[in-house]
Amino acid sequence: MASQPEEEHPKKAFGWAARDTSGVLSPFKFSRRETGEKDVAFKVLYCGICHSDLHMVKNEWGNSIYPLVPGHEVAGEVTEVGSKVTKFKVGDRVGVGCMVNSCKSCQSCSDDLENYCPKIILTYSVKNVDGTITYGGYSDSMVCDENFVIRIPDALSLEAAAPLLCAGITVYSPLKYFGLDKPGLHLGVVGLGGLGHMAVKFAKAFGANVTVISTSPNKKKEALEHLGADSFVVSREQDQMQALMGTFDGIIDSVSAQHSLVPLLALVKNHGKLVMVGAPEKPLEVPAFSIIGGRKTVSGSMIGGIKETQEMIDFAAKHGVKPDIEIIAVDYVNTAMERLLKADVKYRFVIDIGNTLKASS
Amino acid sequence: MAKSYETELPLKAFGWAGTDTSGTLSPFNFSRRENGDDDVTLKILFCGVCHSDLHTLKNDWGFTTYPVVPGHEIVGEVTKIGNNVKNFKVGDKVGVGVMVESCQTCENCQQDLENYCPKLVFTYNSPYNGTRTYGGYSDFVVVHQRYVLQFPANLPLDAGAPLLCAGITVYSPMKYYGMTEPGKHLGVAGLGGLGHVAIKFGKAFGLKVTVISTSPNKKSEAIDKLGADSFIVSNDPEQMKAATGTIDYIIDTISADHSVLPLLGLLKLNGKLVTVGLPSKPLELPVFPLVAGRKLIGGSNFGGIKETQEMLDFCGKHNITADIELIKMDQINTAMERLSKADVKYRFVIDVANSFSSL
Repeated sequence: MASQPEEEHPKKAFGWAARDTSGVLSPFKFSRRETGEKDVAFKVLYCGICHSDLHMVKNEWGNSIYPLVPGHEVAGEVTEVGSKVTKFKVGDRVGVGCMVNSCKSCQSCSDDLENYCPKIILTYSVKNVDGTITYGGYSDSMVCDENFVIRIPDALSLEAAAPLLCAGITVYSPLKYFGLDKPGLHLGVVGLGGLGHMAVKFAKAFGANVTVISTSPNKKKEALEHLGADSFVVSREQDQMQALMGTFDGIIDSVSAQHSLVPLLALVKNHGKLVMVGAPEKPLEVPAFSIIGGRKTVSGSMIGGIKETQEMIDFAAKHGVKPDIEIIAVDYVNTAMERLLKADVKYRFVIDIGNTLKASS
Repeated sequence: MAKSYETELPLKAFGWAGTDTSGTLSPFNFSRRENGDDDVTLKILFCGVCHSDLHTLKNDWGFTTYPVVPGHEIVGEVTKIGNNVKNFKVGDKVGVGVMVESCQTCENCQQDLENYCPKLVFTYNSPYNGTRTYGGYSDFVVVHQRYVLQFPANLPLDAGAPLLCAGITVYSPMKYYGMTEPGKHLGVAGLGGLGHVAIKFGKAFGLKVTVISTSPNKKSEAIDKLGADSFIVSNDPEQMKAATGTIDYIIDTISADHSVLPLLGLLKLNGKLVTVGLPSKPLELPVFPLVAGRKLIGGSNFGGIKETQEMLDFCGKHNITADIELIKMDQINTAMERLSKADVKYRFVIDVANSFSSL
C-alpha cells in the first residue's frame, strides 16, 4: 500500500530518510510535485552532507519532521523547466542550497536576503506552502522555483559545487558583510571542518593572512600545507595564544560545540570582529570587559541570499576555491554520519547520488 | 613603613577617599605634582558621581588599590598653566574625563583613540610615575593639557560635568556603530546616568527612542521629561513580544547582571546591541539569535579626547546636559547607597568647591 509521501505528489521519487531520533537513514519512497510554470526539475547527481543534516536527523534542534530526507547541498542537471522559466533550460548544471522559497514581499526578500525572511521555506523538514513537507537532496530528483536555483559554472565539478551551497555561502557571506574580505587583513578561523576549511580557502582567495585556531595539533600540517593557511595555533597552548593576542582583524568561529569566547576575543584586535557561524546550543559567557575594553564585536551570520550564493559560486569557480571532499555511495551514509559526529572527515562527505542511489524494487 | 600620601608629591591636596571594600569615603590628605610645562592645574568646581566610582570603591572589578579617590567627571577653573600651554588660560572653564595620560605612539593613540591605548592612565586608581592617580573628589588636579577639554560657555558647569564620562560613553558608540540616521529606532536599556543622556543624544540625532526598563514608574518621566517616544517594561512579556524585531539598535547601559537574550529579540535583522554598562558577571550570549538575524553585540569604552571635545561641542550646540542632583561632599556616602539602589535622577554631582572649607 503506498504511503502518504508516495501519493501526495504526482511524480515518483526515491531517497533515503531518517524515521526517528536514532537518525539512521534508510531507503524511502516518496513523490515530487509537477513541474509548475516557474519550476525547474532536475535529477540530483551529488549531495553534500552538512553537519546540520546530522543535527536534524536526530532532532537535536527539536523541529524535525519524520520521515526526514536531509540534504541542502544539492547539485544536478535540469530535466524539465516550467513554461515561464527564463533562467534555465534542460541540461543546465544547477544546484539548490538551504532554501526553496520565501515570502518574496518582506524587507529581507526585497534586499536579496531571503535567508533572513521570517517565512523562509527550508529545503527539507519544513511545511511548504501547499501543506506538504519538504524533502531534501539525499534523493534522486528535485523540483524547485527557478528563483532558488543556482547555476553551476562549467569550471566547477558538480561534486565540488555541492558543499559550496551551504558551507561555502555560510562563510563567504559574513566575510563580505563584515568587511573581512580586504587583502592584507589577519583573519582567524576557529574549527577546521566543513565550514572552517572553506573559510580558510575563501579568506586566502581574498588575500588575507590566515591563522587556523584549533584544539587538534594533528591538523596543523594539513592546514598549512594543504589548505594554505599561513599559520596554526593550538587553542589550549597558552604561550601560542598569548603571542597572538590582539593581532586579528577578524575571526570566523565555525565551532558549534560549547566553547569559551573569552580567549578568542582576546585574540581579536581593538575594534575587531568575532563572527559566529556555528551555533552552540547554550549561551556562551562574554565578560563585558572583553568587548568594552577594545570596542570589539561578536556577531553571527546565517547562509546567504540567492543573489549572493550565485556570486559566491561564480567567485569560487573563477578563483578555484573548492571544498575538500570524500565521495561516498549512498549506502555508506549512516557510517558517514557516525564519522561526521567524530569529525572524521576531510572535510565534507558528498554522496554520489547519480551513480549509487537506485530505487529498490 | 607607612607611605605618606601627603608628602610623596610637592603640592598638598585634599579629597575624600575609599579605604577598603566597604566603599565608605572619608576625608583624605594627599599630594599632587607641580604644574609642569605641559600641564594645566584646575581648581575643581564640580565632579559627577559615576557608577564606576562605586564599582571601584567596592573593588567589584578586582583591581582597586586603596586608598582610592574617585571622580572622572570633573569640571573646574584653570588656575595655572605651563609654559607650553597655548590653548588654555587662567580662568577658563575646563573639563577632565576618564583619562589623564596615554602613550601617544601606538596605533590607537595615533588615531585619536587614546581610550584604547594599552598604556592608558585613568584619572583615578592607575599607577602613575611611582604613585597613583587620584580623581575629582578633591580640591584640585594637575593634568597634561592634551587631556583637558574646553567646556562650552553656554552650558551650566554642574549639569555638564557628567558629560565627561556618561556623555562620551554613549556618544562614542552611537557614532561608531552608526546609530545616528534620522528616523531609525533606538532602544535605550537602563534609565540611569548613561541611559538618560543616551535618550537626549538619540533625540538630537533625530531618532525614535524607546526606553527599555524594569521600572514602570520611570515611564512618565522618560516620555514627558526626557523626551523618549515610548517605553517598554522589560519584564512584561507581552510588551516585549509586541516590540519584537522593531528596533534598529540598542544601547545597553545596565550595569546589573542581566540577560541579553530578550534585548536581542527586540532587534531587527542586522541589529546592533552595544553594551556600555559593565556588569560584574559575564553576559550570557545566546549565539543562535546572532546567527539567525545577523545581529551584533559590541562594546565601547568612553571615547578619545578629540571625540570627547566633539561631544561637548555638540552638547553646547544642542543644549544637552545631564539631569542632576547636586550634593555636598559630606553627603557622598549616602549618595553612594542611593546610587546602588538606582535612586537618583539621574546623576549625583558633587559641589566640590562649596564643600571644602578653605584651610
